[in-house]
Amino acid sequence: MERIYLDHAATSPLHPEVVEAMLPYFTEKFGNPSSIHSFGREARAALDEARVKIASVIGASYNEIIFTGGGTEADNLAIIGGAKKNRHKGNHIITAVTEHHGVLHACKELEKEGYEVTYLKVAENGKISIGDLKDALREDTILVSLMTVNNETGTIQPIKEVGNILKGHQALFHTDAVQAAGKCPLNVDDLNVDLMACSAHKFNGPNGTGFLYIRKGTELVPISFGGEQERKRRAGTENTAGITGMKAALETASMNMEARTASAVQFRKLMLDVFDEEKINYKVNGDAEEGLPHVLNVSFPEVNVEQFLMNMDLEGIAVSSGSACTAGSVDPSHVLIGMHGVNDRSRSAVRFSFGYGNTAEQVERAAKTVSRILGRIKAIK
Amino acid sequence: MTNNADIRVVVGMSGGVDSSVTAHLLKQQGYEVIGIFMKNWDDTDESGMCTATEDYNDVIRVCNQIGIPYYSVNFEKEYWDKVFTYFLEEYKSGRTPNPDVMCNKEIKFKAFLEHAMALGADYVATGHYARTITENGRVKMLRGKDRNKDQTYFLNALSQEQLQKVMFPLGEIDKPRVREIAEEAELATAGKKDSTGICFIGERNFKEFLSQYLPAQKGNMETLDGEVKGTHDGLMYYTLGQRQGLGIGGAGEPWFVVDKDLERNVLVVGQGYHHPQLYSEGLYAVDVNWISGSPPESTFECTAKFRYRQEDHAVSVIPQEDGTLYVEFKEPERAVTPGQYIVLYDGEECLGGGTIDEIIKAAAPV
Repeated sequence: MERIYLDHAATSPLHPEVVEAMLPYFTEKFGNPSSIHSFGREARAALDEARVKIASVIGASYNEIIFTGGGTEADNLAIIGGAKKNRHKGNHIITAVTEHHGVLHACKELEKEGYEVTYLKVAENGKISIGDLKDALREDTILVSLMTVNNETGTIQPIKEVGNILKGHQALFHTDAVQAAGKCPLNVDDLNVDLMACSAHKFNGPNGTGFLYIRKGTELVPISFGGEQERKRRAGTENTAGITGMKAALETASMNMEARTASAVQFRKLMLDVFDEEKINYKVNGDAEEGLPHVLNVSFPEVNVEQFLMNMDLEGIAVSSGSACTAGSVDPSHVLIGMHGVNDRSRSAVRFSFGYGNTAEQVERAAKTVSRILGRIKAIK
Repeated sequence: MTNNADIRVVVGMSGGVDSSVTAHLLKQQGYEVIGIFMKNWDDTDESGMCTATEDYNDVIRVCNQIGIPYYSVNFEKEYWDKVFTYFLEEYKSGRTPNPDVMCNKEIKFKAFLEHAMALGADYVATGHYARTITENGRVKMLRGKDRNKDQTYFLNALSQEQLQKVMFPLGEIDKPRVREIAEEAELATAGKKDSTGICFIGERNFKEFLSQYLPAQKGNMETLDGEVKGTHDGLMYYTLGQRQGLGIGGAGEPWFVVDKDLERNVLVVGQGYHHPQLYSEGLYAVDVNWISGSPPESTFECTAKFRYRQEDHAVSVIPQEDGTLYVEFKEPERAVTPGQYIVLYDGEECLGGGTIDEIIKAAAPV
């Protein structure tokens, strides 16, 4: 049975060029970048090269990139490190109900320490309202954190507009760009963000590797201790192979961005066309007009999603409900709840996410399998 | 001949050795096997630890060892509604419920079975020590070969419909052999000790657990003659024939719970293991299930168990017009407890059972 992977928003396969780029750093170029000898130097050279390249892709300078162990760590560092460093300026943080848990749980931790957090609500399409943001913004707001693209629905937040509003305000502006990086153009000056978190494994790089963009002049307290790496902001020996892989992956993704977006648009349409042909009852969640096409979130009314996903898996097709982190729990995703409340729509949501390696044939087969499985589940009921 | 590879079997896996070996054996026999863990109860403590998570981790390890897909399903709501609510209601009425029987009837062989069918399963399998055979299109449930482990008592409330879709691979082997198989296959759960007690209470203090859900009303402990011997903490904490925890000392034979007077909230105690008040000679059973699907029309003789892991007792079963049963014991029996199940056997075959609703005290002293 040929397996079909439609869960690229959870994690994605390594591009062969990425593997190629990483291999030497496991074997002959294994040095510690902080060492004084030649082994250390070649590792250090690779880090610097990656830093320069990654910075250039997002319009930053090389000393504004801090490598981390992934997106969640980058989000944690931005939020906890940023809030703690700026507590003398105020106590208020703004984020949204549909953020990734890497952001939300960091905010919850800060609340325990006495910070006040405003969670912006979202419209049915998943977007925050600029009016709400303006209303929430206070003199003592020290941090605003909003995601670029939602990982469950592909909804794009108006980051640039928020960035403009925050010009001249003391608050730091952080964006979790984990789901956006490699899939849509990102320029930190254009977006006017101070902090931006990205993760390699979402764009065909390795797991456990990410980075945080920190605008020059933005200060953070570290959240890990033990070494002076990464300008004292992230202790621990750098993952040279992973970082090299991330660089290669971001380059490849940027190069193929238009073609991949076009494929995603095609796959999305194809899938919905088959649903229509098969007379499937469904509702698309998210921002149908302006969302990222790579993510297709669909509710199948009155369908038990647990059963649906297991059936899909038994047919070799990988999809998910909500984010991978909420899989296995009974509660519907906080993102869907934020958009539609606790109801059948949020409970019956399934996420298909397209990416490198997918073909139209796969998508069509998957869509037909959806139809067959829905038929089976309903027959049992 | 149907090829086993075309038969999809969903195994209910608990993370214990029995269900691990069940999945392993079916896989060896060539079936398409899927492992599913049921989360029925949330016992997450302050530190975020939850036994279900630990058990599911064991399921994952075993499934990866034997090479089958695995999933977790959540039946907390169904369990609460169908099993736990019944459990509390029975205690409230001063009876001693058996949640395992109810769990098998409503969860493992209903909610879970339905879920398995929605996954295209042909059968579900569990690690119960019981056997089934089909004769003339009817399924008979037989005791497990390992008499020591036989679990038909807990399965007495299952219907034909349910049993037709069930496999019990451990019914033919004994427990020591199950452990051996687990060790030979180097299954991750081979050395795991068997779980004891009621699943949702686990190793915790039963009294403390129950007090979280039911208000306890203290009252007197009295002898049959009305002499006050002390106080009890709430009738629900005691069961007929119980000796421990009464706190009555003094001369003579030890004291036992011989009755509960719900109206007066009095725990009736008496001296001696063989206190006559503890003996009954018959019972009425309700919510009766006949595994064959057809209730008997007239009185018949068979054997019965009044609780799990008890020797069989010879009885006469007298079906009543309303579907309930009157059961007469050949010999008076000690501490038959309302709320528990009476399960009937004809030799190897488990005929079914019912809830003990009322006991008839033995007329003559033993």
